[in-house]
Amino acid sequence: MKLKQLESYLQNVENFDEPKIEFEQYPTTPHLASRIIYTAENVFQDIQGKTIADLGCGCGMLTIASLLMEADFVTGIDIDKDAIEILQNNLDEYEISESAEIICANLSKSSSKKELLLDTNLLDKMHKKFDTVVMNPPFGTKPGNAGIDMLFLEAAVYLSKGAIYSLHKSSTRDYIIKTCKKWGYSCEVLAQLKFDIPKMYNFHKKNSVDINVDLIPN
Amino acid sequence: MRLITHNMLKCHVRGCDDSSKNFPLEIQDAQLEQIEAEKNDAFLVRMFPRLEWNALVSTAKNLSINNLPEKIPENIEEDQALLEILHTVLLETNVKEGRMVCRGCGHIYAIKNSVPNMLLAEHEI
Ligand SMILES: [Zn+2]
Repeated sequence: MKLKQLESYLQNVENFDEPKIEFEQYPTTPHLASRIIYTAENVFQDIQGKTIADLGCGCGMLTIASLLMEADFVTGIDIDKDAIEILQNNLDEYEISESAEIICANLSKSSSKKELLLDTNLLDKMHKKFDTVVMNPPFGTKPGNAGIDMLFLEAAVYLSKGAIYSLHKSSTRDYIIKTCKKWGYSCEVLAQLKFDIPKMYNFHKKNSVDINVDLIPN
Repeated sequence: MRLITHNMLKCHVRGCDDSSKNFPLEIQDAQLEQIEAEKNDAFLVRMFPRLEWNALVSTAKNLSINNLPEKIPENIEEDQALLEILHTVLLETNVKEGRMVCRGCGHIYAIKNSVPNMLLAEHEI
C-alpha cells in the first residue's frame, strides 16, 4: 500500500468528540498515523504479520493503521471507556474487529508519594507477548501527570519483543534518548512533525539490526 | 474478549500475590459468541510458545471447551487438526458479556461488550 493511500483510508476514523484533559487526549491524525505505520512497515518490517500492542490507543487510529498495513492482531489498551466505544465503532466500520482486541486498563498506579509507577502486576503476563508496540502516549504536561510519557515507554519496553514506535514532545528528546540507552535500546528520531509538537521515535533493541533512516519529509 | 487475551490477564489487586490463584482469572456467567476470523497458521505457530498452556486449558474447560490436549503439544505446525482447534478456541471464541473472578482475592473484573475492564479503584491497587 502506498503512503497516500493509507492516509486517505484513515480519513474516516472517528476521533474524540471531546478530548479529556485529565487523560491528555489529543487525536492522532491520519497524517501522523499513516507516516508512523508506513515507515514502521516499509523501512523496518515491524507491522505486517506481527502481533501489536497499541498503548493508550484512544479511538484507535494507530490500531486501524496497523491493521490496514496487515498486522496479524492488534491489542489496544486504554483507560477511557468513551474512547473505547468510539474505537469499537471504528473497528466495525472498517470491518476489522476480528483482528483487534481492546482492554480497558490503567498502566500506572500512584505510589505513596503520589509518584506515578508502572503497574507491573497488570502487565506481568503480557511480558514480551507482542512483536511491536505502537503508541501516541500522553505527554505528561498536565500537573500530576509528570512522567507518564516515560511510564508508557517503560510499559512498551516490557511488552515488546522488538521495536517500539512512539510520539513524544521535542523538548524531551535528549532525556528519552539517554533513558532508552540505559534500557538497552537504541533510539532514533524518525520524523519531526512540523504542524504538531510531537516527534516520532523508533526504538530497537541494541542487539537487533539497526538501520539508519532519513527523516520523512512532510 | 478472545481467550488469547484472557491468557494475558492477571489479577493486579494490591497484595494479591499468590501466583497459583491470581492467574488465570475465572470466567463466570459468560455469554459467548463465535466470531468468524480468517485462519492464520503462521500467527498461531508464532503465538503458541507465548501461551500459558495450563491456564488456557483450564479456562477452556470451564467454558465447556474440552478439545484441547492437557499436555503442551509439540510440532503444532504439522498438526492441522490442532491448529484448527486453536484457531477456534483462541481467536473465534469471544466472551461478549460476563465477569472474571480472581481465585485469590475474589475481585471481580467485568467484561462488557467484549471489553475486559481491568481498572481498579485507587485503594485496591
Ligand atoms: Zn486477586
